[in-house]
Amino acid sequence: MNEPNIIGGLLGGALIGLASALLLLLNGRIAGISGILGGVIKSNVPGERVWRVAFILGLVGGAALDALIRGGLPLRMQTAGPMLIFAGLLVGFGTRLGSGCTSGHGVCGLARRSPRSLVATMIFMIVAALTVFLTRHYF
Amino acid sequence: MAAIVSALFIGALFGFGLAVSEMIDPARVIGFLDVTGRWDPTLLFVMGGALAVTVPGFPLILRRVRPLLAEFFVLPTRSKLDGSLIAGAIVFGIGWGIAGFCPGPALAALSSGSPGVALFVVAMIAGQWAGSLLEQRP
Repeated sequence: MNEPNIIGGLLGGALIGLASALLLLLNGRIAGISGILGGVIKSNVPGERVWRVAFILGLVGGAALDALIRGGLPLRMQTAGPMLIFAGLLVGFGTRLGSGCTSGHGVCGLARRSPRSLVATMIFMIVAALTVFLTRHYF
Repeated sequence: MAAIVSALFIGALFGFGLAVSEMIDPARVIGFLDVTGRWDPTLLFVMGGALAVTVPGFPLILRRVRPLLAEFFVLPTRSKLDGSLIAGAIVFGIGWGIAGFCPGPALAALSSGSPGVALFVVAMIAGQWAGSLLEQRP
């Protein structure tokens, strides 16, 4: 079981917020990771693809930097095999259909006071909690 | 060019934040979602820390006529609460609850070299592709 990581959470959260604000200020874009990734797959404008790939490479590199500092990453997988693939498909499909994920709707959308983002964030939080309840305590 | 370099560095800051906050650890995320178990509030502090910056920051930034390194702001234009938004949020919520990964942490966790993370990311991209096919229908 986990001891809450309040300091790491607040500090890491503030860095995520700062990155989101900087992407808006400098690049004029919303830091929604599913949207940034989706544009790599879908976009047919060449200039649209490069900054997205750069952002994703940075995302991986930034996490790697923390792994260097603390000597490894905290990573405890919760599922494997077919269930992991199924979950990945749902996350990809759902964020595409619903136009966003935890970063785009949660961190950025709420800051723009978007009613769509508020509704989406409440729904995916509640559904995810229900899913955990059903898979961990019921079945 | 400047916009590409800034995207790289901002992505790194974002990924570093995801790792520092331990949101790349699916056990932390499931611990937060498990409200009837031993609840781990860490994700709430992450959201709070991020919103503490973006809620006051975004309106200030959007007062500008244009961003510093681009011609214009690219913002979502849809405002209707439609069926796709709600259905998409439900489907995403189920996947998130099963694996404890949402898109940002999953991509950042690729840095661990874990085959499971890579498998999840490939499935996630396939899911996005399937979703985009649905979108393109008239």
